[in-house]
Parts: sequence; C-alpha cells; structure tokens
Amino acid sequence: MILPSLVLILIGGGIASGIAARRSVVVARWIAVASVLANLSMCFGIWMAHLDRSQSSTARWFVECDFAWIPQFGIRIHLAIDGLSLALLLLTYFLGVMAVLSSWTEIQERVGFFHFNLLWVLAGITGVFLAVDLFVFYLFWELMLVPMYFLIGIWGHERRIYAATKFFLFTQLSGLLMLVAIIALAVLHHQSTGVFTFDYEQLMQTALSPRTARLLMLGFLVAFLVKLPAFPLHTWLPDAHTEAPTAGSVVLAGLLLKTGAYGMIRFVLPFFPGPSHELAPIMMTIGVVGILYGAVLAVGQTDLKRLVAYTSVSHMGFVLLGVFAGNQIALEGAVVQMISHGISTGALFILAGLLQERMHTREISAMGGLWETMPALSGAGLVFAMASLGLPGLGDFVGEFLVLLGAYRANVPLTVLATLGLLAATLYGLRFAQNAFQGPNPHHWKLPDIRPREWAVLGLMMACLLWIGLYPQPVLKTVRSSLAAAQQRALPQEIVRR
Amino acid sequence: MSYVDFAALLPLLITSTAAVILMIAIAIRRNHKAAAAISLIGLAAALASLAAASSILPRQVTTLFILDSYSFLYMAILLFAAAFVFLFAYDYLKCRREQPEEFYLLVLLATTGAMVLAVSRNFASFFLGLELLSVALYALIAYVRSESISIEAGIKYLVLAASSSSVLLFGLALIYAESGSMELSQFTTAMSRTAGRADSLLLMMGLMLVLTGVGFKLAIVPFHLWTPDVYEGAPLPVTAFIATVSKGGMFALLLRWFHVNSGALAGAPALVLSVIAVASMLAGNLLALRQTNVKRILAYSSIAHMGYLLVALLAGGALGAPAATYYLTAYMVTILGAFGVMTVLSGPRWEAASIESYRSLFWQKPLLAAAFTTMLLSLAGIPLTAGFLGKFYVLTAGASESRWVLLFTLIASSTIGLFYYLRIVVVMYAQPADPDTMVDAHTLPLPLPAALALVALTGLVLLLGIYPASLWDTIVAVTRDLG
Repeated sequence: MILPSLVLILIGGGIASGIAARRSVVVARWIAVASVLANLSMCFGIWMAHLDRSQSSTARWFVECDFAWIPQFGIRIHLAIDGLSLALLLLTYFLGVMAVLSSWTEIQERVGFFHFNLLWVLAGITGVFLAVDLFVFYLFWELMLVPMYFLIGIWGHERRIYAATKFFLFTQLSGLLMLVAIIALAVLHHQSTGVFTFDYEQLMQTALSPRTARLLMLGFLVAFLVKLPAFPLHTWLPDAHTEAPTAGSVVLAGLLLKTGAYGMIRFVLPFFPGPSHELAPIMMTIGVVGILYGAVLAVGQTDLKRLVAYTSVSHMGFVLLGVFAGNQIALEGAVVQMISHGISTGALFILAGLLQERMHTREISAMGGLWETMPALSGAGLVFAMASLGLPGLGDFVGEFLVLLGAYRANVPLTVLATLGLLAATLYGLRFAQNAFQGPNPHHWKLPDIRPREWAVLGLMMACLLWIGLYPQPVLKTVRSSLAAAQQRALPQEIVRR
Repeated sequence: MSYVDFAALLPLLITSTAAVILMIAIAIRRNHKAAAAISLIGLAAALASLAAASSILPRQVTTLFILDSYSFLYMAILLFAAAFVFLFAYDYLKCRREQPEEFYLLVLLATTGAMVLAVSRNFASFFLGLELLSVALYALIAYVRSESISIEAGIKYLVLAASSSSVLLFGLALIYAESGSMELSQFTTAMSRTAGRADSLLLMMGLMLVLTGVGFKLAIVPFHLWTPDVYEGAPLPVTAFIATVSKGGMFALLLRWFHVNSGALAGAPALVLSVIAVASMLAGNLLALRQTNVKRILAYSSIAHMGYLLVALLAGGALGAPAATYYLTAYMVTILGAFGVMTVLSGPRWEAASIESYRSLFWQKPLLAAAFTTMLLSLAGIPLTAGFLGKFYVLTAGASESRWVLLFTLIASSTIGLFYYLRIVVVMYAQPADPDTMVDAHTLPLPLPAALALVALTGLVLLLGIYPASLWDTIVAVTRDLG
C-alpha cells in the first residue's frame, strides 16, 4: 500500500493546498511542504530498509503492489520500486521540497492553484517512476504534462503561452507515438500468446522479429528522446525552461528530463536488446552532438536561464552516451549524472530565480560585480557553476567521469569528442561566474544578500552535490542491481566479461 | 403483430406519444414548465420501457424494425442525450422571448427519428427515421427567429439536407433495382463483396450515393461544408442536439450495417471510407486551427471526431465495433458537457460563442472553468478522461488489424487538435487584466437544472475515463452479433 499512497498523498496534498489557500496562503505552502516531506521520509524508510540487500537478493522489486483495473485488456495498477526508481524518487521529493521553498516569495498570485499543479506534477512523475504496467506508465507520462502546462502557462515569464504550448505539443505527439508502440506490443503479445496484458515483465518476453522490434523501439525512443531531450528534438527545452517560473524550471530540468532517461533504461534497453545494440553507435553520436551543441550554444547565451537550459542539453547528452555505451560503468555514470544534474541545474535555476526576484532581469550583461553586494549568494552561485562545469569533488564530475570511462571502452573517437564538451563547459561556467559575480559593479547594484530560507535550500543542495561528489558509493550501490537487470538482457556478453 | 411486438416497440411508442401529448397540452394552455416536465417524463418512461422490454430481445418486428440489445443500448444513449439537451435548454429558452414549448415537441420528434434509425432494418424505416429527424431539425435550427444568423443556418440546412436525402433515396433505389431487396443488410453484403465485378457496379454506385447521405448527417469530409455555419447559427441546445443525437442515431445505423465483423473491409467501399476518414481527421483539425468562435471550433472538431470513429469502423475485427461505440459514447458525453458550459454562460441576448467570452473564466467561476477544461481535455484525449480511453480503444482496434496509415493520421491530427483545445484553455486561465473589463457573462447566476446536468456530465467523463470496465463489457456483449 505504500506505493499508491506516495501518489495519493501528493494528489490529496494538492487538493488540500488548493482549498487552504482561500483562507491562508502560508498554510497552503506548508501543506505542500509537508506532503512532499512525508513522501521523502517514506522513500527514505524504504531506502534504509533495503540498503544492505544489493545484489545478493533475488527478488526484482523492493516493494510491489498490484490491483486489477481494466480486466478486458489485462491492465493492472501495478506499481513497483527498485533501486533505480528509489534513487530517482528520492531526487524527486528532494527537489520537490526545494521547488516549494524556492517559490515561497516568488509566487504571490493564485498560490493555491500553483501548489495544486506543482504537487500534481510530482504525483505524475512519481507514477512514471513506479509504474510497471505500460498502460499506467503512459497514463502518468501524460498526466504530468497538464499541470506542467499550467505552471508554465500561468506563472511563467513573457512568452509563457508560446513556450507552454510548444512543450505540450512536442511531448504529446511523441507520447502518442509511444502509445501506439505500447499498444502494438501488447497486441503482438496477445496474438502470440492469447493473453492481453500490459505488464512490464510479461511484455518483455514477447517474441519480436528484428524488424518489428526496431520499429517499436523507435516509437518508445522518440518519446524518450524528446523528453531527454536529444539534439534535433530539443527545441522545446530552451523556451520552456526559460519561461517557466523557478519551481517549474526546477521540476522540468531536475525531474521531467530524467523521466526520458529513466524510460530508456527501464524500457528501451531490456525490451529491445537487439535494436538498441544496433542503434547504439547512432545514439551515442546523437549524445555527443548534443553535448557539444548544447555547450557551444550555452557559451553564447546572454539570458541566464537560457544558458542553464542549454547546459541541460549538454549534460543530457552525457546521459544518452552513457545509456547506450553498453556497459555497466557508463550506465551507472549516466544515473549519477541524472541525479547530480538534477541537483546542480535545479540549484542554478533557483539561483536565477533569486537573482531575478532581486534584479528583475535575467540578462547576464546587466549583472556584474554582484560579489560586492551579495557575497554569500555569489559564492553559492560560483559553487553551482563549478558543479555544472564538472569540477572534481562535486556530483557532476563523478557522473561525467564514469560515462566517459565506460564510453571509452565502446567507442574511442566519440569519447574524445565528448571530452571536448567539458572544455566548452569550463568556458560557459567560468564566463557566467566571471561576468555575473566578479569584476566591478558597473550598474551599482545594492541588493539584499541571501536569506535564511534561501540559505537552507542552496546549502542542502550543495551538501548533496558534495556528498555525491566525494562518496557516491551509496547511490551506486542502490542502483547497481536494477541497472544490472536492465542490462542483463541487453548485453549478456558484457556481464560475462566482467 | 403481437403484444410482444408492441412491448418491444414501447420506447418508440412512448416518445412519439409524449410528443402527441405535448402537442395537445400546448394547444390547451402554454406552459413552459409543464412542457419541459412532460418531455422529461416521456424520456424517462421510454428509458424505463427499455429496461422492461430488454427481456424479450432480440426481436424483429415486421420487416421494418430490428430490436436487439445493440439498438437498445443506442436508444438509451440517445434518450439520455436528449434529456441533457432539455436540461440545458430550459433556462436558455426561459431567458429568451420566444415561445419555448414547441422546442420540446420538435426535439422529441427528432429524437424519435434518431431512434428509428438505430432500430431500422429496411430502406423504408431508414428513410422515415431520417426524414423525421431532418424535418424537425429544420425548424429547430431556425428556432430563435429574432436572429438572422439562425434563419440563415436553418435555410442552409434545409436545402442541403433535402438534396442529400434525395441523393440517398436515389442510391437506395439503385440498390433495390440491382438486388430486388429493401433490406439494409444489402449494405453489409455490398461492403464485403470483392470489387471489380461487373454486376456489382450498380450496387456499388448505390452504396456510394447512400454513403453521401449518411456522410452528410455525420458531417464528414467532403459532406461537411454545412457544419460550421449550422453549428454557429443554431441555438446552443440545438447545436448540442445535432452534435449528439442526430449524429449518434446515424452512426448507430452506419456501424450496424457497414461493419464487417470477420475479415477486414476490402475493395472500393473500404478505400472510399479510408479516404473519407483521413480527410475528415486532417481537414477537421486543420480548419479548426484559425477559428475564433468556439461553436465553429467545436464544429470542425466534430468533423475530426467522426473521422476517428470511422477509423474504428474500418478497423473492424472483434474490437472495432465496441471501440467505435465506446468512443461515440465518450464523445457524446463530452460534447454535451462542452455545449452545456457554453449554454450556461450565454445571456438572454447573446451566446458565449466567441473565444473572448471565456477570458479569465477560471478566476471568476473556477468550477465552471474546471468542468469546461475537463471537457476540452477529454476531446483532446488526455488521460483520466473518457476521451482518452475512447482513443485508446480506437488505437487498439486499429493496431489489432494493422491499420497503420489510419492510426498515424489519427495521431498526427489529434496533436494538431490539441493546439486549438489548448487555445481555449489558455484564454480561460489568462490573468484578468482589469476587474472592470470582466466579461458580464461570468456574473450570471447558474441555473439549477443545467448545473445538475453539468455535474453529472463531468462525473461521467471522469467515470468513463477511470472505470471503463463495466460499460466496456456491456458494449462488447451488445456488439458481438453485428456484421
């Protein structure tokens, strides 16, 4: 029962917060914080209980629940949690709390509806990470779009309607292609076995001809590549990230992008081992193109949020590279990269929000010399810029290093090119830090420095990045067994070699 | 005819009797409340008789009617839809200075016509039902005589419907000349017959002409040209009626007699229907993009939705007919709700048709806006709404029969469709710029019957989207023997 309650607490919390806001805005905010914290602590409990078991245990899932829903099509509300989903859920709720806290003063209008949408997005994301019935997975996949659309479209910045609609249309079209692939898979399974089911483990056993497998994989892949986003399909991202309110950007960059990567690891690799092996070089190339393209464009941005958005494209290129490199190290690196990117990019967006709240601009050229007036906030900004450029000791470095290490074994030239992305990352990271915080203060900004609530948010995120950067072992240990399971089908020979 | 035959025909008899009683009542004394009560009681009695007569199914009554669980299900859906139209119409008519009583009379007659379509098994009953429906609609569309746009729409519909009826009649004549039979089952035979045989040329021509008539009522491309104008010109409750009962009755007939259960549709009819389906999906959604009138948007979107229904029809197989029926039910519930919200927001002098009349509705009437959002999301096919599961069933039916071209058109066009549904949603959630410019419609009190109907419809949309199992079982059971 613990898994459905993760979703239900957020849904209920959203409704309660929406109602409470009519009376008191502060109560609405606290309800939101409390419901996300409740989920965080529940996930923490599951984590503590299963930390020791790692590979030795044979059961696939830590916790599982299963109810019939639409029996005619074998659709079941089947939720399950393993190391991978647990790690991502912990990230979800951590960033969820940060998102609520960071919009404490930014959002002053329609506070109830804002938190309603925020919590429902989190509920959708929770469902995506938990569902092991493909129909339910698709349901949650779509469900997180609508509240996200409202978050961008109502509380966003100047071009919010354009950005929100573009985001919705991109994800909806790719999602429908995935729905067709899911249905086709279920129908094929029905035709070969006579059983209609959307269950993860049963559909995995479906016998597919290589051609069908390739087509179906493309259906899934399109949805995940758009969400990730990978190079030619990324155009919704800079708009959506830039126009969204702070909490929206945090959830988008920190969590929604991760659902794409999660989908690849959870579904594409184990469902279509043959085609993913075939397509791996192409996917790795797309990943490397994304790394370089995102980084180069980030260097040229003048809008702070747009800059961070393009670094996301670059960082997600590493994830794509890692997922398709075809070995355990790269895959683990990809997951670490997902988590640390969630925190570091989330923090950068919060920082951008704080700056915008104070200065009413996101233009980097309008900043400069901020260290003089806000030393603490600028220091925090420097730390997160360093994390984003991959400074050793912070989380992103571990992820990128592991991905490159694994990718090197698969394809040397691509790895060399990907490493160039790190160079560009240094360029944009340092350029941002220098232009915004260092140097003289030409605009004579006099701004209030960081407040205790903001300190708590940024400090916690910094601590997490340091923890992952210095001692990533707990994270790796948690996800290792489920990544091994994903790869067992994909590349059995690799397991043997290790 | 025996007593049992009469019992089986009770639903039809009761609705026509209700119309007669209403006519007499109007002649004695005009009373809006009484008229509404008589018609609602008539519909309720007809529904009750459906339940009572269901034990004697299936039964063929003369050569004209076939009463089976399929037609009973459709009749129930049509009766419910008509009841919702009454609930919305009551306050709409009350605040207009027209004589409202005949509205109920005409709607009852048109509903009877649509029900006859659902039960007919013979050319004669088919045509009778069609004309009963059409003639009542001529008057209904032009019901608000003070509006010139309404009269214009009525004339337009009159001319086009009359000519399409005659084309249909000619088609029926050709089929009769070829086969010597007046049975509607000729359609099924013709549909599954292999193309290219010389002797089937006349039959094929007849079938195409019949499809013209049917296509006109369903408003599918290329017979859709009347739709936006008539939707816009007709009073809102009548628009809701056209979108649901009129199309529903015709689709019941189409699905029963054109559906081929075993083996896919082949040959010329399938090709023609596929082209129509693709064209309807694309044209409907593309033409809706640039509209600024919500009634016109919903008119074009209805063209696209009829295209989706044709996909399920063309898919055939074991899932095709249930998927089409589920989709139609979901669509009817949704579109009734959408037109219901629009009716509630319309004042005595104007209708809430322009997209601007929904500006920042959410901040003034959050519940009404939430209901409208639910309906629009259901039309767009977003999960947890009836429209999503309908689309899921249609996609599953199509995938089982490998109709990939149709499926990909469906996906592409419904993504296009999402765009204009979102446009309405965006306007509703836009920040109110200035309290003084608040749209007056948003201050109107909510009439009770319409409010109850809206609650019920929103509940149904969510129920059909979350718990489809029982309705699906019923639909599968009643459509098993088709084709």
